[in-house]
Amino acid sequence: MTIARPADFEAGSLQPEGWLRYFSFSLDHKVIGLQYLVCGFVFYLIGGALAGVIRTELSSPISDFVSRDVYNQILTLHGTVMIFLWIVPVVNGAFGNYLIPFYVGARDMAFPRLNAVAFWLIPPAGILLISSYFISGGAAQSGWTAYPPLSLTTPALGQVLWIVSVLLLGGSSIFGGINFIATILKLRRPGLKMMHLPMYCWAMLGTSLLVVLSTPVLAGTLILLSFDIVAHTGFFNPSMGGNVVVYQHLFWFYSHPAVYIMVLPAFGLVSEILPVHARKPLFGYTTMVYSIMGIVVLGLIVWAHHMFTSGTPPWMRLFFTIATSFIAVPTGIKFFNWLATLWGGRIALNSAMLFACAFIVNFVFGGITGIALAQVPFDIHVHDTYFVVAHFHYIVYGGTVFVIFSALYHWYPKFTGRLLNEDLGRLHFLLTFIGFNLCFAPQHWLGLNGMPRRVAEYDPSFTTWNQVSSVGALLMALSTVPLLINVILTAYRGQPAGDNPWRALTPEWLTSSPPPVENWVGEAPLVTHPYAYGTPEGQLDLTAASGSELWRASQR
Amino acid sequence: MTPLTPETSTAAGAVALPSPNGAGHESSHDEGHADVRLFGLATFLIADGMTFAGFFAAYLTFRAVNPLPADSTYELELLLPTINTVLLLVSSVTFHRAGRRLLSGDGEAARLWLLVTGALGAAFLAGQMVEYFHLPFGLTDNLYASTFYALTGFHGLHVTLGVICILIVCWQARESGRISASNPFGLEAAELYWHFVDGIWVVLYGLLYLL
Repeated sequence: MTIARPADFEAGSLQPEGWLRYFSFSLDHKVIGLQYLVCGFVFYLIGGALAGVIRTELSSPISDFVSRDVYNQILTLHGTVMIFLWIVPVVNGAFGNYLIPFYVGARDMAFPRLNAVAFWLIPPAGILLISSYFISGGAAQSGWTAYPPLSLTTPALGQVLWIVSVLLLGGSSIFGGINFIATILKLRRPGLKMMHLPMYCWAMLGTSLLVVLSTPVLAGTLILLSFDIVAHTGFFNPSMGGNVVVYQHLFWFYSHPAVYIMVLPAFGLVSEILPVHARKPLFGYTTMVYSIMGIVVLGLIVWAHHMFTSGTPPWMRLFFTIATSFIAVPTGIKFFNWLATLWGGRIALNSAMLFACAFIVNFVFGGITGIALAQVPFDIHVHDTYFVVAHFHYIVYGGTVFVIFSALYHWYPKFTGRLLNEDLGRLHFLLTFIGFNLCFAPQHWLGLNGMPRRVAEYDPSFTTWNQVSSVGALLMALSTVPLLINVILTAYRGQPAGDNPWRALTPEWLTSSPPPVENWVGEAPLVTHPYAYGTPEGQLDLTAASGSELWRASQR
Repeated sequence: MTPLTPETSTAAGAVALPSPNGAGHESSHDEGHADVRLFGLATFLIADGMTFAGFFAAYLTFRAVNPLPADSTYELELLLPTINTVLLLVSSVTFHRAGRRLLSGDGEAARLWLLVTGALGAAFLAGQMVEYFHLPFGLTDNLYASTFYALTGFHGLHVTLGVICILIVCWQARESGRISASNPFGLEAAELYWHFVDGIWVVLYGLLYLL
């Protein structure tokens, strides 16, 4: 389609058009969003290949496929790539940049140039991280947590490159967070109140608060760690009077909120997707908002539950166990709100919906093991075992990555104007769902029986379930094939979607697909009830903001 | 009963889209929004403050649980840092004066006050260097020495950046420059940053020297 060009763009005629703009320093939030998405997906494939190496190695109890040192490097790279280069950039950067300006009725983000800078920090940081594998001494070997003194005794250069890379990515994340906060709070179109916003805005506001408050602490900590490595100071080096537990406190002050930075946006996205495909209002809008804010506050004060075996005093254990268990309350509210949204809806079980529903199943499982892990006696038993690995992947893969796929099927028509193929989508879903559960469910059992994480070798009695897990990983690897075929073929020959294939009411669908450069021709629409599905016009009081009231009204 | 806007009706699929080349575009582009740059800077300063908060928390924990080795020294003189604190606090006042002068249209006086502020900042940095050269311990001597240099050094970097910003603002506030009473953003941003750096110093002074 023709792209409407704003008047003051003639000065920027150097901005490339067509596909080249995706390789440029574009200031358009939609271009930046897709840059994040595609860049993140490339790193997903890299991180997946690294996971493949890990699972191949673990299909036999001895270290035969790769050496122990290489295994340590691979698992460090896998964790860092997946967290900092795939999940955080995609679930925040990609969908946030693409959708938030639509949702607030703006033509772009608050700081477009900062936005482009934030994206363009990512590819160099990623390349730096991956290339550290090929230098002498290899990549960092201390895991994505880089705990000292391990990170002080493994080869220094790889660790320093890891730190520089994570600092760049953290900077990118902070710039993005500042942008989201300013856009959501300050750029709303006149007449649009906070409680009118689609739920993803609230999720991104909460996430960005966490990013702005906690990421700088990680940055400061890593700077101190690099001093320890390069200048031989002793902040975290016990042999020089330093304190390793301080590192753990500071690290988890960021990295526990980081879990919410990865999963809150997914909560937001799934809250957008479920109402559309169930043709029902989002249940409990107001409680959803308060739940997100509750998770933000609680998320900042639970970090030490990662450190129950680090000599934490009893009062600290007590406090962090209770605070962590409390997070189940707002999370549970959200969970039941999603179920109530589905309840009695006219559910279209397309690929987007399959992934979204599977998210609910996986996430509740990961959530329950999370509550279990918050209890000190149990945690001490399974600390640093595969139980933690299984729990974490149920949250981050079963939770967030399933939502990313769901969001891809949901918004691909918005990005390209074409619908992804449903048959390939369902094949992708089936392989992912079976592969994921086959891969990670046995790891609960392995962990409960004492298989340690992060070690290339294990007791031969664990062999069978490890092989089952590796078969699951193979299925997950295969599942990307139908996805890739689908995405690439559809871009050229897919079924045209029209502007609004899902008959959705959220603002991004109330323009053409793909949208023009400044999102709307003319004024942005004022959408005060983005979830008013199945409610015939004029039959209910739309000043009622909550989904439950809209739902009850629709039952009359 | 509030009527639905046309776009939110259940027949949303039928929303008529104006042609992409619609004539309304040029006018709508100028609808503009409030200036959110200072808001963005304030958000960034909160983030920056959290970096310091992390350092402070680390320092306090070290103080609480890591005793100083018996044979090591960690003694700080109080005179020079106190003078430095006064310099920074005065510089906040002079920066504020510069802003007031600029807004009342007296660009020359504003630039003069800016130069005074910059000089005070530079004097602070000089004092910091003098202190560094006279301290009885080096960066890697012990945990407290390392923490002292990391905290004051990180703050010193902020002051250095602030002095550079002041010089840039001073240059841009000249007669033909871009900063003026009608466009004071550059000065306001530098001022907000400078007050932030001063505030951090007050906390840092209390923790490192007085506690």
